[in-house]
Amino acid sequence: MPVNPELLGRAFPATAPIEVTAASVHAFATAVLASDPDASIAPPTYPIVVQQAALDELLADPSTGIVLSRVVHGEQRFATTRDIVIGDVLTGELTVTAMRALGPATMLTAETVVRDAAGEQVATATSVLVIGEEDAA
Amino acid sequence: MNALPESGASLAERTIRLTRAELLRYAAASGDHNQIHQDETVALAMGLPGVIAHGMLTMGAAVQPVVDWVAGLKPDADGTRARIVEYGVRFTRMVVVDAVEGAEVHIAAKVGAVDEGTRIVRVDLTVTAAEQTVLGKAQVRVAVP
Repeated sequence: MPVNPELLGRAFPATAPIEVTAASVHAFATAVLASDPDASIAPPTYPIVVQQAALDELLADPSTGIVLSRVVHGEQRFATTRDIVIGDVLTGELTVTAMRALGPATMLTAETVVRDAAGEQVATATSVLVIGEEDAA
Repeated sequence: MNALPESGASLAERTIRLTRAELLRYAAASGDHNQIHQDETVALAMGLPGVIAHGMLTMGAAVQPVVDWVAGLKPDADGTRARIVEYGVRFTRMVVVDAVEGAEVHIAAKVGAVDEGTRIVRVDLTVTAAEQTVLGKAQVRVAVP
Protein backbone atom coordinates (compact mmCIF):
# COMPACT_ATOMS: atom_id res chain seq x y z
CA MET A 1 0.00 0.00 0.00
CA PRO A 2 1.39 3.42 -0.89
CA VAL A 3 1.55 6.25 1.62
CA ASN A 4 -1.96 7.65 2.07
CA PRO A 5 -2.05 11.01 0.20
CA GLU A 6 -4.74 12.24 2.60
CA LEU A 7 -2.07 12.45 5.30
CA LEU A 8 -1.02 15.87 4.00
CA GLY A 9 -2.22 18.52 6.41
CA ARG A 10 -3.31 16.02 9.03
CA ALA A 11 -2.77 17.10 12.64
CA PHE A 12 -2.38 14.52 15.36
CA PRO A 13 -3.54 14.94 18.97
CA ALA A 14 -1.03 16.26 21.48
CA THR A 15 1.28 13.71 23.07
CA ALA A 16 1.01 12.85 26.74
CA PRO A 17 2.98 15.34 28.86
CA ILE A 18 6.71 14.57 29.01
CA GLU A 19 8.51 15.71 32.12
CA VAL A 20 12.04 17.04 31.63
CA THR A 21 13.69 15.47 34.65
CA ALA A 22 17.28 15.99 35.80
CA ALA A 23 17.86 12.27 35.22
CA SER A 24 16.58 12.37 31.62
CA VAL A 25 18.62 15.49 30.76
CA HIS A 26 21.71 13.95 32.33
CA ALA A 27 21.23 10.66 30.46
CA PHE A 28 20.61 12.44 27.16
CA ALA A 29 23.52 14.87 27.59
CA THR A 30 25.86 12.01 28.51
CA ALA A 31 24.66 10.02 25.49
CA VAL A 32 25.43 12.87 23.05
CA LEU A 33 28.86 13.31 24.64
CA ALA A 34 28.18 16.71 26.19
CA SER A 35 31.14 18.27 28.02
CA ASP A 36 28.88 19.21 30.93
CA PRO A 37 26.18 16.55 31.35
CA ASP A 38 25.06 18.20 34.59
CA ALA A 39 23.95 21.45 32.91
CA SER A 40 20.35 22.45 33.64
CA ILE A 41 19.76 23.33 29.98
CA ALA A 42 18.75 20.37 27.84
CA PRO A 43 20.94 19.60 24.77
CA PRO A 44 19.83 21.21 21.46
CA THR A 45 18.57 17.88 20.12
CA TYR A 46 16.65 16.93 23.28
CA PRO A 47 13.24 17.88 21.74
CA ILE A 48 13.62 14.75 19.61
CA VAL A 49 12.18 12.93 22.66
CA VAL A 50 8.91 14.84 22.13
CA GLN A 51 9.12 14.55 18.34
CA GLN A 52 9.63 10.78 18.68
CA ALA A 53 6.53 10.44 20.88
CA ALA A 54 4.53 12.39 18.31
CA LEU A 55 5.96 10.37 15.40
CA ASP A 56 5.05 7.16 17.21
CA GLU A 57 1.38 8.19 16.92
CA LEU A 58 1.79 8.78 13.19
CA LEU A 59 3.71 5.55 12.59
CA ALA A 60 1.32 3.44 14.68
CA ASP A 61 -1.70 4.54 12.63
CA PRO A 62 -2.42 1.81 10.04
CA SER A 63 -4.35 4.23 7.79
CA THR A 64 -1.12 6.05 6.87
CA GLY A 65 0.18 3.21 4.71
CA ILE A 66 3.64 3.72 6.22
CA VAL A 67 5.71 0.59 6.84
CA LEU A 68 8.11 1.38 9.66
CA SER A 69 10.92 -0.80 8.33
CA ARG A 70 10.95 1.32 5.16
CA VAL A 71 11.29 4.64 6.91
CA VAL A 72 14.62 6.46 6.75
CA HIS A 73 15.31 9.67 8.63
CA GLY A 74 16.29 12.15 5.93
CA GLU A 75 16.51 15.52 7.69
CA GLN A 76 16.00 16.98 11.13
CA ARG A 77 15.70 20.54 12.36
CA PHE A 78 14.96 22.21 15.67
CA ALA A 79 14.01 25.83 16.19
CA THR A 80 13.53 27.07 19.73
CA THR A 81 12.08 30.20 21.28
CA ARG A 82 13.75 29.52 24.62
CA ASP A 83 16.04 26.91 26.16
CA ILE A 84 14.41 23.76 27.47
CA VAL A 85 15.35 23.28 31.11
CA ILE A 86 14.95 20.72 33.88
CA GLY A 87 11.44 21.01 35.32
CA ASP A 88 9.71 21.74 32.00
CA VAL A 89 6.70 19.62 31.12
CA LEU A 90 6.38 19.35 27.36
CA THR A 91 3.78 18.18 24.89
CA GLY A 92 4.06 17.85 21.13
CA GLU A 93 1.49 18.33 18.39
CA LEU A 94 2.46 16.88 15.05
CA THR A 95 1.20 18.04 11.67
CA VAL A 96 2.14 16.55 8.32
CA THR A 97 3.14 19.72 6.50
CA ALA A 98 4.54 18.41 3.22
CA MET A 99 4.57 15.28 1.08
CA ARG A 100 6.28 14.76 -2.21
CA ALA A 101 7.33 11.90 -4.42
CA LEU A 102 11.02 11.10 -4.67
CA GLY A 103 11.17 8.41 -7.34
CA PRO A 104 9.17 5.51 -5.91
CA ALA A 105 9.55 6.85 -2.37
CA THR A 106 7.63 9.53 -0.50
CA MET A 107 9.27 12.38 1.38
CA LEU A 108 7.08 13.34 4.30
CA THR A 109 7.66 16.41 6.46
CA ALA A 110 6.35 16.15 10.02
CA GLU A 111 6.40 19.31 12.08
CA THR A 112 5.91 19.02 15.83
CA VAL A 113 5.10 22.11 17.87
CA VAL A 114 6.48 21.64 21.37
CA ARG A 115 4.71 23.51 24.17
CA ASP A 116 5.42 23.93 27.86
CA ALA A 117 2.94 23.43 30.72
CA ALA A 118 1.63 26.99 30.25
CA GLY A 119 0.88 26.23 26.60
CA GLU A 120 3.67 28.49 25.35
CA GLN A 121 5.48 27.27 22.24
CA VAL A 122 9.11 26.55 23.13
CA ALA A 123 10.29 24.65 20.07
CA THR A 124 9.41 23.33 16.66
CA ALA A 125 10.91 20.00 15.67
CA THR A 126 10.79 19.13 11.99
CA SER A 127 11.55 15.69 10.62
CA VAL A 128 11.75 14.71 6.98
CA LEU A 129 11.11 11.00 6.57
CA VAL A 130 11.87 9.12 3.38
CA ILE A 131 9.35 6.32 3.08
CA GLY A 132 10.08 3.55 0.61
CA GLU A 133 7.38 1.66 -1.21
CA GLU A 134 6.81 -2.01 -0.50
CA ASP A 135 8.33 -4.33 -3.08
CA ALA A 136 5.88 -5.59 -5.65
CA ALA A 137 4.71 -9.07 -4.68
CA MET B 1 28.40 42.56 24.87
CA ASN B 2 30.38 39.77 23.25
CA ALA B 3 32.50 40.55 20.22
CA LEU B 4 30.97 38.85 17.19
CA PRO B 5 33.29 36.33 15.52
CA GLU B 6 34.51 36.85 11.96
CA SER B 7 32.81 34.96 9.17
CA GLY B 8 35.05 32.03 8.22
CA ALA B 9 36.66 31.79 11.66
CA SER B 10 37.17 28.30 13.06
CA LEU B 11 35.34 27.86 16.38
CA ALA B 12 36.31 24.30 17.26
CA GLU B 13 37.53 20.98 15.96
CA ARG B 14 36.96 17.71 17.69
CA THR B 15 37.24 14.00 16.99
CA ILE B 16 34.95 11.66 18.87
CA ARG B 17 34.80 7.90 18.95
CA LEU B 18 31.45 6.16 18.84
CA THR B 19 31.46 2.55 19.96
CA ARG B 20 28.58 0.12 20.38
CA ALA B 21 28.51 1.19 24.05
CA GLU B 22 27.69 4.78 22.97
CA LEU B 23 24.93 3.42 20.72
CA LEU B 24 23.39 1.47 23.61
CA ARG B 25 23.58 4.52 25.83
CA TYR B 26 21.92 6.72 23.21
CA ALA B 27 19.19 4.10 22.69
CA ALA B 28 18.44 4.09 26.42
CA ALA B 29 18.48 7.89 26.74
CA SER B 30 16.41 8.59 23.62
CA GLY B 31 14.10 5.58 23.56
CA ASP B 32 15.15 4.68 20.00
CA HIS B 33 15.72 0.95 20.32
CA ASN B 34 15.77 0.15 16.60
CA GLN B 35 17.90 -3.00 16.36
CA ILE B 36 19.85 -1.72 13.32
CA HIS B 37 21.77 0.35 15.88
CA GLN B 38 22.57 -2.64 18.09
CA ASP B 39 22.39 -5.98 16.33
CA GLU B 40 24.73 -6.78 13.42
CA THR B 41 22.49 -9.64 12.23
CA VAL B 42 19.45 -7.38 12.01
CA ALA B 43 21.46 -4.59 10.34
CA LEU B 44 22.85 -6.95 7.68
CA ALA B 45 19.40 -8.45 7.09
CA MET B 46 18.13 -4.93 6.42
CA GLY B 47 20.77 -4.53 3.73
CA LEU B 48 23.03 -2.27 5.77
CA PRO B 49 26.84 -2.63 5.81
CA GLY B 50 26.74 -3.26 9.58
CA VAL B 51 25.49 -1.68 12.79
CA ILE B 52 25.01 2.04 12.17
CA ALA B 53 24.91 4.94 14.60
CA HIS B 54 21.57 6.66 15.20
CA GLY B 55 21.55 9.71 12.94
CA MET B 56 20.26 11.61 15.95
CA LEU B 57 23.30 10.54 17.98
CA THR B 58 25.64 11.93 15.33
CA MET B 59 23.54 15.09 15.11
CA GLY B 60 23.46 15.46 18.90
CA ALA B 61 27.19 14.91 19.34
CA ALA B 62 28.17 17.10 16.36
CA VAL B 63 26.65 20.23 17.92
CA GLN B 64 28.47 19.84 21.25
CA PRO B 65 31.48 22.00 20.27
CA VAL B 66 28.96 24.80 19.59
CA VAL B 67 27.23 24.14 22.93
CA ASP B 68 30.62 24.61 24.61
CA TRP B 69 31.30 27.83 22.67
CA VAL B 70 27.85 29.19 23.61
CA ALA B 71 28.39 28.30 27.30
CA GLY B 72 31.55 30.42 27.27
CA LEU B 73 29.85 33.59 25.97
CA LYS B 74 29.00 36.36 28.42
CA PRO B 75 25.36 37.07 29.29
CA ASP B 76 23.79 40.44 28.57
CA ALA B 77 23.55 43.14 31.27
CA ASP B 78 19.94 42.01 31.81
CA GLY B 79 21.02 38.37 32.14
CA THR B 80 20.08 37.19 28.64
CA ARG B 81 22.33 34.30 27.75
CA ALA B 82 23.67 33.22 24.38
CA ARG B 83 21.43 30.55 22.94
CA ILE B 84 21.19 28.11 20.08
CA VAL B 85 18.01 29.18 18.29
CA GLU B 86 18.08 26.74 15.40
CA TYR B 87 19.91 23.58 14.38
CA GLY B 88 19.29 21.49 11.30
CA VAL B 89 21.00 18.71 9.35
CA ARG B 90 20.50 16.34 6.46
CA PHE B 91 21.47 12.73 7.07
CA THR B 92 23.53 12.11 3.97
CA ARG B 93 25.59 9.04 4.90
CA MET B 94 25.47 6.35 7.56
CA VAL B 95 28.13 6.01 10.25
CA VAL B 96 29.05 2.33 10.43
CA VAL B 97 30.14 1.36 13.93
CA ASP B 98 32.57 -1.54 13.98
CA ALA B 99 32.13 -3.98 16.88
CA VAL B 100 35.77 -3.59 17.96
CA GLU B 101 37.00 -0.27 16.56
CA GLY B 102 33.81 1.72 16.75
CA ALA B 103 33.79 4.74 14.45
CA GLU B 104 35.72 7.98 14.52
CA VAL B 105 33.68 11.08 13.76
CA HIS B 106 35.44 14.36 13.06
CA ILE B 107 33.63 17.64 13.71
CA ALA B 108 34.76 21.05 12.49
CA ALA B 109 32.72 24.11 13.49
CA LYS B 110 33.25 27.27 11.45
CA VAL B 111 31.47 30.60 11.38
CA GLY B 112 29.39 30.62 8.20
CA ALA B 113 27.69 34.00 8.47
CA VAL B 114 27.31 36.85 10.93
CA ASP B 115 24.31 39.18 11.07
CA GLU B 116 25.44 42.32 12.87
CA GLY B 117 21.88 43.61 13.19
CA THR B 118 20.19 40.58 14.77
CA ARG B 119 23.47 39.32 16.30
CA ILE B 120 22.69 35.85 14.95
CA VAL B 121 25.81 33.86 14.11
CA ARG B 122 25.47 30.92 11.75
CA VAL B 123 27.89 28.13 12.53
CA ASP B 124 28.50 25.54 9.82
CA LEU B 125 29.48 22.05 10.89
CA THR B 126 31.55 19.72 8.75
CA VAL B 127 31.05 16.22 10.08
CA THR B 128 32.98 13.34 8.59
CA ALA B 129 33.48 9.64 9.27
CA ALA B 130 35.89 7.47 7.27
CA GLU B 131 36.75 10.68 5.38
CA GLN B 132 33.23 11.10 4.06
CA THR B 133 30.71 13.75 5.02
CA VAL B 134 27.89 12.22 7.04
CA LEU B 135 25.77 15.28 7.76
CA GLY B 136 24.77 17.70 5.01
CA LYS B 137 23.88 21.36 5.43
CA ALA B 138 24.58 21.08 9.17
CA GLN B 139 23.93 24.61 10.40
CA VAL B 140 23.51 26.05 13.86
CA ARG B 141 22.13 29.53 14.51
CA VAL B 142 23.27 31.18 17.72
CA ALA B 143 21.85 34.35 19.25
CA VAL B 144 24.84 36.18 20.73
CA PRO B 145 24.17 38.81 23.43
